[in-house]
Amino acid sequence: MKAKVFVTLKPGVLDPQGKAIEHALGGLGFEGVDEVRQGKVIEIDLAEADRAAAEAQVDAMCRKLLANTVIENYAIEIDG
Amino acid sequence: MKSAIILFPGTNREKDMADAIERASGRRPDIVWHRETDLAGYDLIVAPGGFSYGDYLRCGAMAGNSPIMRAVKQQAERGVAVLGVCNGFQILTETGLLPGALLRNAGLKFICKYAHLKAERCAAPFTQRLAPGQVTEVAVAHNEGNYFADAETLDRLEGEGRVVFRYCDAAGTVSDATNLNGSQRNIAGIVNARGNVLGMMPHPEDATDAALGKTEGLPLFESVAEALAPA
Repeated sequence: MKAKVFVTLKPGVLDPQGKAIEHALGGLGFEGVDEVRQGKVIEIDLAEADRAAAEAQVDAMCRKLLANTVIENYAIEIDG
Repeated sequence: MKSAIILFPGTNREKDMADAIERASGRRPDIVWHRETDLAGYDLIVAPGGFSYGDYLRCGAMAGNSPIMRAVKQQAERGVAVLGVCNGFQILTETGLLPGALLRNAGLKFICKYAHLKAERCAAPFTQRLAPGQVTEVAVAHNEGNYFADAETLDRLEGEGRVVFRYCDAAGTVSDATNLNGSQRNIAGIVNARGNVLGMMPHPEDATDAALGKTEGLPLFESVAEALAPA
């Protein structure tokens, strides 16, 4: 199983990097960009073959290490 | 006072911290590698500044989950004094010993300069030698020092008198203009509910030697040495 974890800053948490990208896009002439938020993607190869078990395992990883839930939200995508 | 400084891969401020503690207490701290699992017998445990694990994933995230931090948590729960400076503050929030998190500086720049701090909580074991409202000037050097917590947590910290330092100007005025990194409510340092765990972004250890220009960080270490001296 392959898992992808998407970690993003919670709404309301200042994202200065997203703001800088937003301004840069405007500077390049891209119009209509209202807001940019930057996050990260973590790809994990798992030995687990059961989809539900894999998702539960990755969820535990997110809570323990991959995301800081004080400031970040996470979403999990399982492929395979 | 018997003290331990935790060394993670990427820590780089342990020697200045050891010098500062020795200056105030007369006793050289032990440097303890992060794979150790026992911290029994220490009066003070310090997580110093640096770039533990290269700041991978999030600042302090890897160090926060390393073996030694279980021991730090145990000792903190027993009431042992724990000090986290800069990366050490980030590590203490990642372990849950202190609330909130440290975000990227609002201005997106690494900030390395002197900053004025207003002391608000002046209580043992860390700050009883400072007067309420006293302004000290010490160095800051960080890229992720922007303190964040939700409004409820911030209100609780303030209500319980747990904000120890705020960024201010030379006159002690706390304002947006003196908020160098975008921290919520200008917060530079906080303690846990029991008051035995302090986390702060500025570096008091850098201001403890007259030969290096400033000694305004010394009262913090003298407070600790006084509070934790053997009876």
